[in-house]
Amino acid sequence: MSVYVDRDQAFLTRVRRVADEVAAANADSVDREARFPQETIDALREIRALSAALPDEFGGEEVSFAAVAAACTELGKRCGSSAMVFAMHQIKVITLARHLEGAPWFGGYLERVASEQRLVASVTSEIGTGGDMGRSVAALGIPEQGISTFEKQAPTVSYGAHAQDFFITLRRSPEAEPGDQVVALGLEHQVSLEPTGTWDTLGMRGTCSPGFVVRGAIAPEQCLQMPFATVMAESIVPVTHILWAHLWLGIATDAFDRARAFVREAARRSPGETPPSAIRLSHLMSELSLLRAEVASALEQFVRADASGDRSELSTMASVLRFNNVKIAASTQAAVVCQGALALCGIVGYKNDTPYSVGRHLRDSLSASLMIANERIHNTNAGLLLIAKDV
Amino acid sequence: MIDEIRQILRDHGRLPVNVDELAPQDDLYRAGMTSHASVNVMLALEDHFDIEFPDRMLTRGVFESMSSIAAAVSELKSESVAQ
Repeated sequence: MSVYVDRDQAFLTRVRRVADEVAAANADSVDREARFPQETIDALREIRALSAALPDEFGGEEVSFAAVAAACTELGKRCGSSAMVFAMHQIKVITLARHLEGAPWFGGYLERVASEQRLVASVTSEIGTGGDMGRSVAALGIPEQGISTFEKQAPTVSYGAHAQDFFITLRRSPEAEPGDQVVALGLEHQVSLEPTGTWDTLGMRGTCSPGFVVRGAIAPEQCLQMPFATVMAESIVPVTHILWAHLWLGIATDAFDRARAFVREAARRSPGETPPSAIRLSHLMSELSLLRAEVASALEQFVRADASGDRSELSTMASVLRFNNVKIAASTQAAVVCQGALALCGIVGYKNDTPYSVGRHLRDSLSASLMIANERIHNTNAGLLLIAKDV
Repeated sequence: MIDEIRQILRDHGRLPVNVDELAPQDDLYRAGMTSHASVNVMLALEDHFDIEFPDRMLTRGVFESMSSIAAAVSELKSESVAQ
């Protein structure tokens, strides 16, 4: 047990150093120029963070899921975009490791992720599905001489131009129904991306997520055997929502810390008096505590359900509702905290070049309710609530 | 019971295929049943058979095919008789 705890702590110490020394130093230019946080991702590669979650058998660092989640928070405090790239990559790698079912191709692939610190991007959203990840338009072609081709119109591919490999959802075959999907893993040399748009956004500017037409040619063994619906329920949905929530917590925590620094500075100027802003800080602390508690409890429930060894527990309606709610709650609450920090700091928070600037935090946090739109999730939950019993 | 389940699927499953052509073991999700439609199927099953699916049964596996639904309904019916 203690070996694992030590391993987690050593990993988090290294991530914190990258966050403080590299991500923080580049966050403003990443945001201003809407450029990929190359320095941070390279630094994360150096500490082997891209294979942090992989089991030892694949050459990974085998840190706990809780430690990966904590790493998202640490990075989120210093650079929301870097944290999002890290989180998205982890979601794909963790999902593959959980569902490869001993497939030799995927085992070999994960070894390469570890040895080469390859970055994996996600091609799951698609034009024409109304934002529903559980349906695909694009299909995997009938294999010809052992190779299947595909072409997918992706409205956004986060860091698409900077990733080595691609985690792609497709219909199983040209005749398959929209919900009959598989996960295909396409390698750099097998996949081409033709940009169809730009990425000049309000926030999360460093994720560089324009649309692409994604074309590829892969072998059949590069598809997970397990249906995507199962992969989604048992891994993608809970892991995504929990890791995103952790990085949003990081963004909100840093906005709070900046507001706190602002109040302390005001207190220093008038010793002996509690500045009025301190009361507002206390209110803000309450909001941050709600966010922290929701994020922590979702993580704890996932870890507990996962440790039980029965993954089908994660696909019960109560679980689906639970892990949908952490996404809705955390995405909303992170923006509330950032906005509160801005209101507290006033003009020095609004300016982009003071120690109390929280503009980037607020803008980054506003992406949270749009990434898998909260209204879509409410729509799903509304249906589930009609039938679920113990929620 | 399969016939009754088939009728419910016809009314509520919104399947893009002809329900009459599905075998009891065929995967309904693969046949195009969406998760939204599956909720309506569950509600209709509860109503028709006068049962309540407990949360442990509200999983994809239980509603995957007509035969898996029939097994779940039978289990719940026999429980209610036993009580």
